Amino acid sequence: MALRLGLMRVPRNCDKMGRHDEILKGLQAWAGQFYGADATVERLVRLSGGASQETWSLDIERPGSVEELILRRVPGGVSVAKNSEAIGLGTEAKLLSCADGTVPAPKVIQVFEPGSDIGEAFLMNRIPGQTIARKILRDDEYGIAREKLTHQCGAALAAIHAIPSADLPDLPASGGLDQLKKYETIYRAFNLPRPVFELTIAWLKSNVPSAVPPVLVHGDFRLGNLIVDTNGLAAVLDWELAHLGDPREDIAWLCVNSWRFGHSQNRVGGFGQLNDLLAAYEASGGRKFSSDEIDWWEILGSLKWGIMCMIMYESFRSGADPSVERAAIGRRVSETEIDLLNLLEQRA
Amino acid sequence: MHDAPSQKEMLTAVKAFIDDTAMPALKGHAAFHARVASNVLATVLRELDIRPAAESAEQQRLVELLGADASAPVATLNEQLCNMLKQGDMDLNTPGLLAHLKTTTIDQLSVDQPAYSGLPSD
Repeated sequence: MALRLGLMRVPRNCDKMGRHDEILKGLQAWAGQFYGADATVERLVRLSGGASQETWSLDIERPGSVEELILRRVPGGVSVAKNSEAIGLGTEAKLLSCADGTVPAPKVIQVFEPGSDIGEAFLMNRIPGQTIARKILRDDEYGIAREKLTHQCGAALAAIHAIPSADLPDLPASGGLDQLKKYETIYRAFNLPRPVFELTIAWLKSNVPSAVPPVLVHGDFRLGNLIVDTNGLAAVLDWELAHLGDPREDIAWLCVNSWRFGHSQNRVGGFGQLNDLLAAYEASGGRKFSSDEIDWWEILGSLKWGIMCMIMYESFRSGADPSVERAAIGRRVSETEIDLLNLLEQRA
Repeated sequence: MHDAPSQKEMLTAVKAFIDDTAMPALKGHAAFHARVASNVLATVLRELDIRPAAESAEQQRLVELLGADASAPVATLNEQLCNMLKQGDMDLNTPGLLAHLKTTTIDQLSVDQPAYSGLPSD
């Protein structure tokens, strides 16, 4: 199970120099053709050790100008058998092109096909700003950004959900009940019974909301995956969990208490109120939803995050990843249990 | 058996070594894992204090909620509760259920993540 979880992302300098040098050589050859013979690749640095994709930062220098770029690359340059819900790099690049013009997002500059010198990868522009939630929610320099962010997120979500399905690459379809079934199966396989999860699963099954037409769902729209500058939302990143599904999933995921980073009083991402988000969403062309309609999806979201924590703990329990961090995350499941009880007691 | 140093003293000593000696000497990923390791030891220390009474109270509540044998182990009782919830024999409106789950979860969080934002502030 290769879940890519932003919270846990820590730079890992595990790359051998050989890989760095190979990528540098491939990029240098590309830059010579794309920008001209006087272009050089500088400051190529690995940024994150995500399980499913590598992210590298680099600059292209020419006399009098610098292009700041990001390289997204399949680890080792070669896709392994698809064993996660991540959509794959080529699809991610196509989605960024679909978003171009209506959703703040990086622009794809070049796609490298599997088997190229660089491996399967794409280049996009590097957008300046902050992704660390605690800084965005606390630092004075983001005060104006915090005031604008709720409206901007509502507009960005409406724009994502409005991308015509005819333009989209092939994507998995996954509705609320599909996800509930999937996560219930994973949870049961661990044989670690938790009464709060049982209550939640049973409640979700008996209170399924009526369906709305499927749209492009980003799948991980929350602080950590958004670039924020002093004027607010600068770019939506991390499209690799995108799928066709219910627009309320994205709205509710941003509300899950785990993604409020301690600022629980602000239901939207720790920075805003749900009614304001829903009003901005509707004003930008999204469907009209009431806050009641978001609850079911927020409960599903908290349950999913709790089971994701169990999945990460399981990688310790099974011996696949013996790190202390994978052990410790098993003691974060109870965070989602209190969140679920807080949500469910309003429904009793 | 001897109890000098006690479990708590030994854990406290290891935690102090990580915090004061090892962590400052480490960088990057290793420093991050040292911080996690220190947090894990803090969790174990809290659990030593909190778990015995909390788990005994949980067991008594479960016996009452389920009408079970007073000597039944807590794991068995929780499995039974899980099955009843799964089969719909209990739900949100079962008297005492939510209060029991909330107390149990708050006790669990006071071990696992005592600063978590979802805890009631009182």
